[in-house]
Amino acid sequence: MKMELIQPFINSADAVLSQGLQGTTQVASLSMEEEGYHRKGVAGMVALSGDVEGRIVLDLDPQTALRVASHYAGADLPESDDLIKETIFELANQVVGNAVSALNDQGFHFRVHPPLLLTSNEGDKSSEDVEALMICFETSLGNVFMNVALRYNKRRMADHAATGK
Amino acid sequence: MEQFAAVKRSKDGQPVRYLIVDDSVFARKNLARMVESFGGQVAGEAGDGLTAISEFDRTHPDIVLMDITMPQMEGIEAAEKIVQAHPEARVVMVSSVGYQENIVAALQRGARHFVQKPVKPEVLYEVIKYVLGEDGAVANAAGAGI
Repeated sequence: MKMELIQPFINSADAVLSQGLQGTTQVASLSMEEEGYHRKGVAGMVALSGDVEGRIVLDLDPQTALRVASHYAGADLPESDDLIKETIFELANQVVGNAVSALNDQGFHFRVHPPLLLTSNEGDKSSEDVEALMICFETSLGNVFMNVALRYNKRRMADHAATGK
Repeated sequence: MEQFAAVKRSKDGQPVRYLIVDDSVFARKNLARMVESFGGQVAGEAGDGLTAISEFDRTHPDIVLMDITMPQMEGIEAAEKIVQAHPEARVVMVSSVGYQENIVAALQRGARHFVQKPVKPEVLYEVIKYVLGEDGAVANAAGAGI
């Protein structure tokens, strides 16, 4: 996966999490998910279509999700509260929105789809043209995992070939 | 949450009334807490553009805080329809998708300003004061009103 695509998502997640959680965040690990995606807990998925297609998943283990949602709510939430899922959705939305804004200003055009709750425990494996990258962010409230799987669509790839970029 | 000097309506000294439009309950709650910390009042909420139009007609808010990416009708279209029907409406777009084309499209179709998510309260506070202009007044530090 081209770093020109992935870096805006890392920068965006870092900014959104550090601002929202009011603490420092750092990338603890970054790895290819060659064996397919394994959900950690509460996972919000945002799909993209356009010049680049794919999806971004923000995934937190249940206890971290509860701590993060309680932090944003300003009160301790019960484990079953719908606001936990809503919080992860909105965080995923903000991460993707900010990254897409940066990429759009570089000439990539996207459509961002509303977040969905990821319920399956396993996801697609990487393929020849889709590589899934897992980034783990360490935050003061626990680890936040971001799984990014993107590919240029064929029209865009043809444009890149034609322009030599 | 940080408290700000209350922004009131100049004409009657009453709290500024807001319509908050976002498909995320989390985002609506977050914005509601912010505007209340500005001394404002939530007049209504909507989770999509279509509902936003009917809620505007019902509540006649001073300011609309409008997300862009929503089901049924997106925020820019809803803003345009509201402003067409109510040219005095003050719509502030609040979205994580803040690229230049989107911002320009929103402003061309009637929005007064754009705030990117995640929203910083101090940024939204300044935008609210700017958008209200002379129709808004900041209460003094002693809380004596406008």
